[in-house]
Amino acid sequence: MPLITYRQALNDAFAEELTRDENVFLMGEEVAQYNGAYKVTEGLWKRFGCKRVIDTPISEAAFLGLGVGAAMMGLRPVVELMFWSFAYVGFDQIINNAGCIRYMSGGLINVPMVIRGPANGGTNVGATHSHTPENFLANTPGLKVVCPATPYDAKGLMIASIRDNDTVCFMENTLLYGDLGEVPDGSYTIPLGVADVKREGLDVSLIAHGRAVLTCLAAAEILATEHGIEAEVVDLRSIRPLDEETILNSVAKTHRAVLVDENKPFCGVSAQIAALLAEHAFDDLDAPVLRVTALDAPAIYSMPLEKLQLPDAQAVVAKVLSSF
Amino acid sequence: MPEITMPKLSDTMTEGTLLRWHKKKGDKIEVGDILAEVETDKATMEMESFEEGTLADIFVPEGGKVLVGAALALVLKDGEKAGDKPKASAPATSTSTAELSTPQARPAISSGRPLTPRARAAALRTGGGAGGNVNAGVRVKSTPLARKIADARGVRLDAVKGTGPGGRIIAFDVESAPVGSPAPASGSSPVAAILPTPIAGMPETKVPLSGMRRVIAERLLASKTQIPHFYLSIEIDAAPMMAFRKEYIAASGGKITFNDIALSAVARAAMQKPKVNAAFAGDSIVQYGSVNLSVAIAVEDGLVTPVIRDAQNLSLKEISAAVKDLATRARDKKLKPEEYAGGTITVSNLGSYGIEQFCAIVNPPQAAILAIGTIVKKPVVNSRDEIEIGHRMSITLSGDHRVVDGAVAAEYMTALRKLLESPALLLL
Repeated sequence: MPLITYRQALNDAFAEELTRDENVFLMGEEVAQYNGAYKVTEGLWKRFGCKRVIDTPISEAAFLGLGVGAAMMGLRPVVELMFWSFAYVGFDQIINNAGCIRYMSGGLINVPMVIRGPANGGTNVGATHSHTPENFLANTPGLKVVCPATPYDAKGLMIASIRDNDTVCFMENTLLYGDLGEVPDGSYTIPLGVADVKREGLDVSLIAHGRAVLTCLAAAEILATEHGIEAEVVDLRSIRPLDEETILNSVAKTHRAVLVDENKPFCGVSAQIAALLAEHAFDDLDAPVLRVTALDAPAIYSMPLEKLQLPDAQAVVAKVLSSF
Repeated sequence: MPEITMPKLSDTMTEGTLLRWHKKKGDKIEVGDILAEVETDKATMEMESFEEGTLADIFVPEGGKVLVGAALALVLKDGEKAGDKPKASAPATSTSTAELSTPQARPAISSGRPLTPRARAAALRTGGGAGGNVNAGVRVKSTPLARKIADARGVRLDAVKGTGPGGRIIAFDVESAPVGSPAPASGSSPVAAILPTPIAGMPETKVPLSGMRRVIAERLLASKTQIPHFYLSIEIDAAPMMAFRKEYIAASGGKITFNDIALSAVARAAMQKPKVNAAFAGDSIVQYGSVNLSVAIAVEDGLVTPVIRDAQNLSLKEISAAVKDLATRARDKKLKPEEYAGGTITVSNLGSYGIEQFCAIVNPPQAAILAIGTIVKKPVVNSRDEIEIGHRMSITLSGDHRVVDGAVAAEYMTALRKLLESPALLLL
C-alpha cells in the first residue's frame, strides 16, 4: 500500500470525488491558484479548472452562505476554512442554515456540504487561530462532525463526508498534514459514526479523537513498556454521530476510562463521553472516569507554554497511573 | 463551659440509652452527683458528674439513644453564660428510621429477601447490614465494579482492604477476598480465608462454585461465625411413633413418614414454647406468631430449605402432602423464590441416611434448627429396671444463644418429646 501524507490523502480524496461527481466543487481562500494555505488542494485547480476549484475573497460568512445555497440546489460544495477558527465569522450560515434547513423544511431540502480545514492548537498562531470547535458544532443537531487522526482515515472519511447528504464539519490538523501512513489507491469510504480501536488492551481505555489519538498511542506504548499496563486506544473518528457502542464495549472490557481531548475541558467532547459512561457504564467502572484535556485558557502564544497547554503522552501516562 | 457526654462504660459499648435524668435544667451540680441513669449493652449504670456548676441545658431526652461521646447536657460554672450550642446536635442513632426497614432487614444476617428501595435506604441510614456492605455509619470507598463483583460473590466490603487510590476498594480486591467474611471487630484485622494450596503430585479437579454453593458457603459461614451456637440432644422412645404410624396407615390408607410426624411435632411444640420460634434483630428479638417450617431438602449440588407456612395448623396428611410437593419441585428446580422465604424454624432429617445423631448449623436469621436422626434398636432400661429392646430416635437442637438460653431450649425439647412419645396428641 502506498505510503503518503495526511495532506496527500485528503488531496486524493478530493481528486477522486471531483472526477466521480460533477456536482462536487472546492471553494475557499487561496484553495485554487495558490494551491491552498497548507497545500491540501495542490494541483487540483490546474487539473479540474476554475469552475471546480474556486478562490474566494476573505469573507467566510459570504462563501459559507454560498455553499449552503449551492448545496440546497443540489451541488456538493467542499468549503475550506483557512482555519476552523474563522468559522465563527460564518456561524449563522453553519448553524442556523446548514444545520437547521433539513429539519425546518420537513426533510425536503438537504444541505450536502463539507466544511473543512485545520482545527487545532500547538502551531504558535495565537488564540484566535487555534480553536478546536468540534464541541460547539457537535452541539447542533443536524450537523455532523468528523476528526480524522491518520492519513487512511482522512481519505476514507473525506469521501464519505462528501457523499453524505448532510453538512459535515471536517476538522483536520495542521500538525498532522505531514504525517505518513499507508493509504490505498482509489476510492473507499469509512462510514461516519464508526469508531476505530487503534490499539487493543485490557487494562484501561484511552478514548480520543484527532491528534490526541496519536498522543494516546504514544502513551499506550510507554504504559506497556514501562508500567506493564495494556491500554486500549479508541479513536472516535467522528464526534457526531458518536459511536457509543464501541466506547461502552471498550470500557466494559477494561473497566477504566481516561479521556484525552485537545478540546477545552468545559463542555468539551470528553465531558459528553464522561456523561455517557456515568449513565451506561456505571457498574463496569473500577475507577473514576478521568480526563486529560487542553488547559482551560485561551490558546497561549508563548511557544513553550503552548506545548504544555495541550495533552502529551506523559500527561496521559500520569493520569492513567493515578487511577490504579 | 463543660459539656457532659455519653461515657464509655464498657469495652464493647458504642452507644447508650439515657434512661432517666436525676437532675433537671437549672439544678446546682456538685462533683460526684448522680446526673442520670444510662443503659449500656451490659447493664444500667449511674452517671456521675465530674463537673460543678449549674445544669444549663439538656440535649437528650429520657429514652434517647446516643453514641458514645455525644453531648448529653451542658454545665455552666458560676458566672459563665451559655455560648454556642454544641456542634454535635447529638448524633442520635435514629429510632424513627428503623421502623421503615422491614423486620427482615434488621437482623444482622440478611434473610436474603430483596428489599424495597425505601427499606434499603432506611437500612443504610440506620447502618443495618441490609446490603451486607454497610458498616455502622462508615462509608466504604469502593468502585461500582467492585460492588457488583462483591454482590455476586457474596463478599462483605467492610472486611476488604482497598488497594486503589486513597484506599478505594477496586475489583482486584474483591476478586481475591474471602466470601461472606464477617465485619471485623474494631481494632482487629480481618482474618483471611484459609484456601488450599496445590499439593505436589496430587491430581485434582476444580469444580466451579454454583450460585447455590456460593450462597450456602456465604450464609453458613456467616451463621457459624456470627451466631453463638449451642446444642441440646435428647433421645426419645420411638416405639409409640412406630405403632402410631402403623395404625394411621392401616386406618386411613394414606402413607405418612416418620419425618412427617416429626415436622408436625416440631411445629406444634414451637407454638407451645414460642421463644424458640424467633430471630435476633440487633436491638430486639422478633418472636413470630406462627410457625413457618423450613425443611432442609437435599438436591443435586446442595440443599434448599423451602417453607411450610403455618405448619402448626396443618394436619399430618396436609404436612405430608406439603413436604412431598416441596421436595419434588425442589429437585426439579421449580420452586419460586418466595417459597424459600419467611421460615421461622428449621428441621433437618438425616434419618433416611442411617445417621443416628448430628448437629446442624442454625439457618439464619432463625434462632433454632432441629437435627433428627434415624430410629435405632438398642438396649434400654425400662421402668421396672429391666433391660429390653427399645426403638430410639435422637434429636439435637442447635440454638442461637443470643435468643434462646439452655433452659428455654430444654423446655422446648421436653414439649417436643411429649408430642413424639404420645403422637395421638398430634391429631388434636
